[in-house]
Amino acid sequence: MSDPNKSSFVYVTYIRTTPQKLWDALTRPEFNRQFWYQAWQDCEWKAGASWRLMLADGRVADSGQVLEIDPPRRFVLAWRNEFRPELHEEGTARMTCLLEPQDDMVKLTITHEIDRPKSKFIEAVSSGWPIILASLKSLLETGRALEVTGRPKDK
Amino acid sequence: MSATFKPNTVYVIYIAATPEQVWQALTDPAFTKQYFGGFAIDVEPRQGGAFFLRYPDGRVHMSGRVVEWSPPRRFSCTWLVEGMPEFRELPECLVTYDIEPAGGAVKLTMTEAHSWDVLDDILAGGRQGWPAILSGLKSVLETGKSLEIKMEPPQGMVEAVRRAVAEKPWKRST
Repeated sequence: MSDPNKSSFVYVTYIRTTPQKLWDALTRPEFNRQFWYQAWQDCEWKAGASWRLMLADGRVADSGQVLEIDPPRRFVLAWRNEFRPELHEEGTARMTCLLEPQDDMVKLTITHEIDRPKSKFIEAVSSGWPIILASLKSLLETGRALEVTGRPKDK
Repeated sequence: MSATFKPNTVYVIYIAATPEQVWQALTDPAFTKQYFGGFAIDVEPRQGGAFFLRYPDGRVHMSGRVVEWSPPRRFSCTWLVEGMPEFRELPECLVTYDIEPAGGAVKLTMTEAHSWDVLDDILAGGRQGWPAILSGLKSVLETGKSLEIKMEPPQGMVEAVRRAVAEKPWKRST
């Protein structure tokens, strides 16, 4: 389970929605902005395509590439931080997004991992994902994302 | 309680509700029945009070003691699984809910802590269960409707519990 040379973060949530609606919310900028502090992903969503997470003010937060993609079930991104030097220098992480339908729900699993121990990058994403994914769940189940994630993040 | 509990599993979720609503959802049987595998909470609302999770027919699934009762911020209690024979001999664990306001919503943090070096195969039960339970709690508070999530105990868990009960690693000197 715990490889001492790796750091990883896994988050699971269940959302009452369909895989296609969840896929659209995860990949389309107009949905991203609502639950991701106005950030959005600039990507063509096909294997090998470049990928960037854009902040509301136009800065690039993270960049990478689509390593694998199988809509609406799974995608894997190469993901490197671009705006915090101490995270950038840790190199490229891998993010896997898995959508598994279960009755009238989808089980969503986000796995973020990097090949180094005690990663600051993994620590940072561990505190970031829960509110973003909770807000995504609210958006799909109630039509409204969490208010705080609808505006750019402080700091 | 003399044992020292070490946090092994932490799950964080954000809910569009007030701290008081989240507190009620955690401590009122009418709510827990909707999202916590059908179990009704039965808790004496004070530190040191008795705590149970009961099956619909009243039998005890889980029992424990309230370690902290601080509405609407922190609810912490010890847990002992009574409803499954293999599990009854495990040392109790400590489950703590922290409720914090977070920009118009609530941040709920669940921490499951243990007094011995629990095997990953045993922790897998909580790691599988908490996301389902707390995703359901969020849906109940935000939409009025819970999620019907079916699941089996993770592979290897019951076997790991049997092995631990046979070997009692918590009795070794630490």
